[in-house]
Amino acid sequence: MKVHVYERAWLWAAAVMIAGFLGAVVFSAVVHAVQPPSHMETVDPEKIFEHPDFSNPRVESRDDGSTLVVGVAQMFSFSPDPITVKAGKPVTFRLTSTDVIHGFQVVGTNVNATVIPGYVTQQTVTFSKRGEYLVVCNEYCGLAHHIMQAKVVVE
Amino acid sequence: MSATKNPHRLEISHFAVAVTAFALASVLAVLQALVRADVAVPMKSESLYYISVTAHGVLMALVFTTFFIMGLGYCFARATVGLEWTRVAWVSFWIALAGTLMTTASILSGKSTVLYTFYPPLQAHWTFYVGATLLVVGSWGFCAVMIRSYLAWRRSHRAEPVPLAMHGMLATVAIWLLATAGLAVEMLTMLIPWSLGMIERVDPAIARTWFWWFGHPLTYFWLVPAYVVWYTVLPKHAGGRLFSDKLTRVVFMMFILFSTPVGFHHQFSDPGISSSWKLLHTLTTYAILFPSFVTAFTVTASLEVAGRMKGKKGLFDWIGALPWRDPLFSSVVLAMLTFGIGGFGGAINAAYAMNTMVHNTAWIQGHFHLTVGTAVALTFMGVTYWLLPRVLGRELRFAPLAAVQPYLWFFGMMLFSIPSHIVGLMGMPRRIYTAELFGSPVARTWQPFSTASAVGGVILFVSAMLYIVVVAATALWGRRVNGQTIEFSEPLEGAPEYGLWDRFAIWATLAVVLIVLAYAVPISHLYMMERFPSLPQMPF
Ligand code: HEM
Ligand SMILES: [Cu+2]
Ligand SMILES: [Cu+2]
Repeated sequence: MKVHVYERAWLWAAAVMIAGFLGAVVFSAVVHAVQPPSHMETVDPEKIFEHPDFSNPRVESRDDGSTLVVGVAQMFSFSPDPITVKAGKPVTFRLTSTDVIHGFQVVGTNVNATVIPGYVTQQTVTFSKRGEYLVVCNEYCGLAHHIMQAKVVVE
Repeated sequence: MSATKNPHRLEISHFAVAVTAFALASVLAVLQALVRADVAVPMKSESLYYISVTAHGVLMALVFTTFFIMGLGYCFARATVGLEWTRVAWVSFWIALAGTLMTTASILSGKSTVLYTFYPPLQAHWTFYVGATLLVVGSWGFCAVMIRSYLAWRRSHRAEPVPLAMHGMLATVAIWLLATAGLAVEMLTMLIPWSLGMIERVDPAIARTWFWWFGHPLTYFWLVPAYVVWYTVLPKHAGGRLFSDKLTRVVFMMFILFSTPVGFHHQFSDPGISSSWKLLHTLTTYAILFPSFVTAFTVTASLEVAGRMKGKKGLFDWIGALPWRDPLFSSVVLAMLTFGIGGFGGAINAAYAMNTMVHNTAWIQGHFHLTVGTAVALTFMGVTYWLLPRVLGRELRFAPLAAVQPYLWFFGMMLFSIPSHIVGLMGMPRRIYTAELFGSPVARTWQPFSTASAVGGVILFVSAMLYIVVVAATALWGRRVNGQTIEFSEPLEGAPEYGLWDRFAIWATLAVVLIVLAYAVPISHLYMMERFPSLPQMPF
């Protein structure tokens, strides 16, 4: 194919730029294990309140200093609320929904997960800054979607 | 209409539906933008807000675009290879229109407030799904007509390259057929039987996966026809030539290849899909940036050619020689500029881990108003100005309004979208009736941005209405003109050649292989897991 020199230069520049983007993504995924929540576990949304784990939404401190948050999203609230955790220690969220799809976004942090009925969403994070964080539902879930919120308190 | 039948009635009918949908959706749009900024719009309520967002999303993203693209496709086919099977095209038009009316009525009745992504277990009335499916069935008729017209032409033009405008439209058709396969599975095996009560439960994660199989190539179904205009209409119209015919063909084929196996980049934060498959879809997502980078170069270079052909020699003075007051030209150039901004935002959305910063925030709403809402929609508005005299045989009415309208849209959209991007990074979710969130202190910092967006929304609305006025006045009272023909850009050097880049079957087959590689394992994994599908929910 006959390709103009400027065009060829641009094609290379574009390819290098894309390779750069990709390299950064793959590097952070593989080396720093920066990955989106992708847990593979299912649960019956019609039997949440009989479930050994989810029937009791709670914040649990473990011996190694980490925290486990077992949460349930339901039109139009989250429980537990507020969620109080420790700064600088890993916090593992385990979330599910009893009705429709909800979002669980802790504003100002990297926590942003989709909560799907029938599935368990799991994500581990460490909050470094103390304070009160707003949690919003960011997936449309019905007429009161815009008031569905909770609080995370990092102490 | 004159006594003899206008030969372009088919195209005109499609444009008429598209423009009507656009007008209605624009009225809803400005009301939404004001409500979200907590302006005291009369009669506002949560319920009306979400009905409006559903209607706006469906009418803009599915109806306006699809009808416009079908009209443009027929127009370009007629002008390049000749149109076959016009009967089929008319039947398809009526099916698509019936479906559109059914879905719109379903939304306005308040029984289908599920937004244009209709994720179950939110359940709409069955008329919503059946109407949307009929729209797609109508669009398949369009695909059949386009393919048939091409094959008929091919029989008498063996080793010839298909004219470039038709080449791009056929790529659009291929992308759409691959995309809608996923939607068909979701509609036919899940949502329609479920909404009719034939099955009790559906699995929301599986439904989302089929939806996004469709949802991403949907964006290329919108974009590729806009690219066809950028490549084949704009350079000629600006008085220049197309920089490279062959690379343009490569670009269109790359879109067929990569537009579908990328859907997980919309599901980064979903459970049920493993992170390695998400990473794989990230790779293909970046691959599809490449043809857009090539486009940016080729089209800009073609415009430079236009400036130089007007005798400009300096580094930048060719820019001033371009027809900035021409509404097709300004629309397309502003659309391209906007797409440049939107494209970089897209690279962030696609960035796997960075996605958590923006997922489902107002950033996304800013992003797609730059891309489909401007790069595509503004191109289509510009094309309308160019096409009306050619298909209606009437001169543009109120041409000075048409000359300012694209600039107004661009300005309004910047004001609408830039604050949306910023406030999205600050954490404001999308699709919310109000950002008050019980007066949380963080939520209070979002308010000024929603207000700025609302001002942008009002400007956009004014621009949309100018467009409608020009189109309607031209159709009704435009002075009759003759002899304006549809002409396409010629390549700068050499005649187009027939080769690998005209072999649609090869590229479509490769695309199917890629789709199978990208989806077979994770989808069968979802189906094989022990799952607990959901009963319908109607919280609206
Ligand atoms: C007339 C100018 C426009 C204005 C003022 C406008 C405004 C808005 C607003 C305020 C929302 C709701 C945001 C939310 O609550 O999340 C929205 C959503 C949307 N708009 Fe527009 N828009 C305009 C034009 C367009 C165009 C031209 C398109 C595409 C061709 C488009 C496609 C969409 C889509 C797909 C949604 C998403 C609905 C959803 O999240 O379910 N808009 N728009
Ligand atoms: Cu919710
Ligand atoms: Cu919600």
